[in-house]
Amino acid sequence: MSDAREVIIIGSGPAGLTAAIYTARANLAPLVLEGEPSSTSDQPGGQLMLTTDVENYPGFPEGVMGPELMQNFRTQAARFGAEIETVKVSKVDLSSRPYGVWVGDPDAAEPTHRAESIIVATGAQSLMLGLENESRLMGYGVSTCATCDGFFFRDQEIAVVGGGDSALEEANFLTRFASKVTIIHRRDELRASKIMQDRARANDKIEFLWDSQVVDVLGDDKVSGAVIEHTKTGERSELAISGLFVAIGHRPNTDIFKGQLEMQDNGYLVAEPDSTRTTVEGVFVCGDVQDDYYRQAITAAGSGCMAAIDAERWLEALADG
Amino acid sequence: MAGDAITALTDDTFDEEITGSSEPVLVDFWAEWCGPCKMIAPILDEIAEEQSGKIKIAKLNVDDAPDIARRFEVMSIPTLIVFKDGEPVKRLVGAKGKPQLLEEIAEYV
Repeated sequence: MSDAREVIIIGSGPAGLTAAIYTARANLAPLVLEGEPSSTSDQPGGQLMLTTDVENYPGFPEGVMGPELMQNFRTQAARFGAEIETVKVSKVDLSSRPYGVWVGDPDAAEPTHRAESIIVATGAQSLMLGLENESRLMGYGVSTCATCDGFFFRDQEIAVVGGGDSALEEANFLTRFASKVTIIHRRDELRASKIMQDRARANDKIEFLWDSQVVDVLGDDKVSGAVIEHTKTGERSELAISGLFVAIGHRPNTDIFKGQLEMQDNGYLVAEPDSTRTTVEGVFVCGDVQDDYYRQAITAAGSGCMAAIDAERWLEALADG
Repeated sequence: MAGDAITALTDDTFDEEITGSSEPVLVDFWAEWCGPCKMIAPILDEIAEEQSGKIKIAKLNVDDAPDIARRFEVMSIPTLIVFKDGEPVKRLVGAKGKPQLLEEIAEYV
């Protein structure tokens, strides 16, 4: 089929854009379907679009802002000829080559694009608590983006839900604005890294609420408080806050691959050991969508490079017959 | 970077631009440090050009004009508010793709 591309990359975080840089430099004219803007981490640029200082990405001794880093990735990919479209993939058909990729109406008879190989880099998005009042008050005190919204909580008392690195980083960041930040965590110890824990404990605007979970969010047209339940005693209490930031982990963006690519029980895609290959020939996976363990920008970028090289060699072998 | 079709509002010009406009005005409350705001900026540029004469697209930097953001109780950005005859008639919170944005503002263009 003459109109099929050699490679389509789905996703545009560190993994997808690194794959774009490498495949573009290999003259594979990649098309990157980067996703659509949203205020969750399922958006062009991925999770780093919602972060402030990235301090552990090598090459930036003074740190770099997440959105700025991703803008640089994108500019670098475009420089080598990667074509980038700001659209979201609604369906894929991996049953026969060239593979079909739909944008917009998933019921359209013909796919929007076809490609011999696909690099899947759709990443993961923030989990929400799943409470009715949480979604009702989203943007009115409930937030998944401390960077975007912290500014509006100057001198106010707010809370962060979660106990990982993201939760602690958000809490630390939010103390620039808020008068007090309560970290609500369902256990009595944190899984965050040592450096983040030390920083949070040393911050006198941060308090911890251990063995606690949020069971309801209060407020008519904006957040006024949260109902907290002690996970051991079941005892309930109210915490007066004007903002609630949720950082309780992520789920992979793999809905469109269900039944087509091998997944773990938690929805993360499975790559063959020490490679980015999947059980479907010519389909490669990289970044957080296949990684529920390391989950770093640098590991995502590294696996994006691997996927590009795997795709390039696979396409070469295909051409050689 | 806003295109020419987008009006940048300030503390001094906000009220005049909003109340003095014969067309509805969509105001994008944004800031430099907001990733999702950057993602929708080029989309708003496109809409401003395509819908020119039907709806005016304007932007307000909340860092420079926090009082106006507070007046409209903006608690999350990007927030887009459509003003008609000077009154807020529609509020969109969070970044969205172009098709969704167009659908949301369809009744005002």
